[in-house]
Amino acid sequence: MSSVTPEEIKRLKNIARILRINTLKMLTLAGSGHPGGSLSSADIIAVLFFYKMKLDPKNPDWEERDRFILSKGHCAPILYSALAELGFFPKEWLWNLRKIDWPLQGHPDRLTTPGVEMSTGSLGQGLSVANGLALGLRLRGIKSKVYVLMGDGELQEGQVWEAAMTSSHYKLDNLCAIVDYNGLQIDGFVKAIKSIEPLRKKWDAFGWYTIEINGHEIYEIISALHKADRIKEKPTVIIAHTIKGKGVSFMENKVEYHGVSPTKEELERALLELEREDE
Amino acid sequence: MNSFIEKSLRDGYGETLVELGKKNPKIVVLDADLSGSTRTFLFAKEFPDRFFNVGVSEQDLIGTAAGLALSGFIPFASTFAIFQTGRAWEQIRQSVCYARLNVKLVASHGGVTVGEDGPTHHATEDIALMRVLPGMTVIVPADYFETKKVIKKIAEHEGPCYVRLARPKFPLIFDENYEFEIGKGKILKDGSDATVIAMGITLFHSLIASEELEKEGIKVRIINMSTVKPIDKELIIDSAKKTGVILTVEDHSIIGGLGSAVSEVIVQEYPVYQKILGVPDMFTQSGKPDELLDRCGISSKHIKKAIYELLKKKEKNKSF
Repeated sequence: MSSVTPEEIKRLKNIARILRINTLKMLTLAGSGHPGGSLSSADIIAVLFFYKMKLDPKNPDWEERDRFILSKGHCAPILYSALAELGFFPKEWLWNLRKIDWPLQGHPDRLTTPGVEMSTGSLGQGLSVANGLALGLRLRGIKSKVYVLMGDGELQEGQVWEAAMTSSHYKLDNLCAIVDYNGLQIDGFVKAIKSIEPLRKKWDAFGWYTIEINGHEIYEIISALHKADRIKEKPTVIIAHTIKGKGVSFMENKVEYHGVSPTKEELERALLELEREDE
Repeated sequence: MNSFIEKSLRDGYGETLVELGKKNPKIVVLDADLSGSTRTFLFAKEFPDRFFNVGVSEQDLIGTAAGLALSGFIPFASTFAIFQTGRAWEQIRQSVCYARLNVKLVASHGGVTVGEDGPTHHATEDIALMRVLPGMTVIVPADYFETKKVIKKIAEHEGPCYVRLARPKFPLIFDENYEFEIGKGKILKDGSDATVIAMGITLFHSLIASEELEKEGIKVRIINMSTVKPIDKELIIDSAKKTGVILTVEDHSIIGGLGSAVSEVIVQEYPVYQKILGVPDMFTQSGKPDELLDRCGISSKHIKKAIYELLKKKEKNKSF
């Protein structure tokens, strides 16, 4: 792997922090939405969108771009934050999330939002779409990579495993799936609701190259993504162990913040923590 | 109409896919382990690189097709109608229609003419399920030649389409000169006493019924309404005005299909008596296709009976 400088890691950490701040602000203004899973995937999104992926905000339909599908569509705020920071659309849109007649829908809509590759929100459908996209790009000889981010609770959907077989059957090495394994779903701990373990063995058994990382360590995320580029003849999955609500102490590992937006008071407390981290 | 020659709609589909594949490199085809039945294997043999069999997984079939559409291809995805529209309905809603992707869903084994396999395999709700989706075009061809024209037309049409084919061979009604246009019904026979609006196999039965009625001096207008959505409003209104009563006939539930689509037009635009013939609100049983059509009340003798009823109503209405 090409070496990553400490400055680069610091830059990406700072971006993740900004994405978290945006997310909490937009959710508070919206008065509804899902903070927990956006916060747990902030570092992964920061590395993908501000380091790894080939993108052109001025030309969202650029053919050679890398593709990203947010299969766990309820974490739209973190994706919107990244796209706005990159200049795909005005930041003003963020502050009008979920508002009538504004483009940013509660869940990603490819028709209203530049940079959103695929409309998602109903769990379990993203990997199949990513497979089709990867097959299509390969058929056209386009060297782009397809990334798909899934939740851990989402892996309880049967379609994910139908798709997982398709990816390995067709040897889609231009596809990289990432699981945001924060251990919580709406009703409680994943292991208490319906365990998805042994997760690594499942992906291995389905013919994938599996990497496990700490999903909050920028260096580990970067290394895993580079490793995925070198794996040939099979798809790669990165199981990213994360903390739901990461970055805001009173939200961390709390199931209550899966689908409830912060109050103004909670936002202020959260911002104090996130702004302090900068120093 | 030549009622003695029968040809498979599915063959028409498979053959047309191969023709399209030769002309257009953007055409790709997907199947879920039924390529022999759906005839997509014809395309697979010719263009193995552009054919994807995802195995027995219909939800994955739809998602994969959506992804191929995202990358610029025109995917045709096929399996049996009940599994495509039933099991993968939400994938069709979210990943195809909501995302407005150019996916062509062509299902075989629609309706009770599936026959002996029984109710688990009789798709009698597929039109209703597809018709309700925003942006979806829904087409039910009536014979081999119409199938070929339909497949060519939808390949040129931008946006999601659902085409329902059937298992058995259907009698030929048209020839290679038949012209099909999305959203346009066709008057195959005109008359002023009543209108029969049919799709798929029931068009043939309607034509048979109309020949018999003609001998009794009853002249009915027969419409092939192969596009159920967007439906040909003008033709329906014109028929309501000119004939005063409308009969719809479909190999599909009486709820939510062609009959409902026609009702939605006439009750709002030009109310006249309508009778809806279709599969009653119940699960069917195994049997031969013709036996099942008859048992469900959608064969030519039922069409005749329904016309008599409508004519009585029309007469009664006049006397007031």
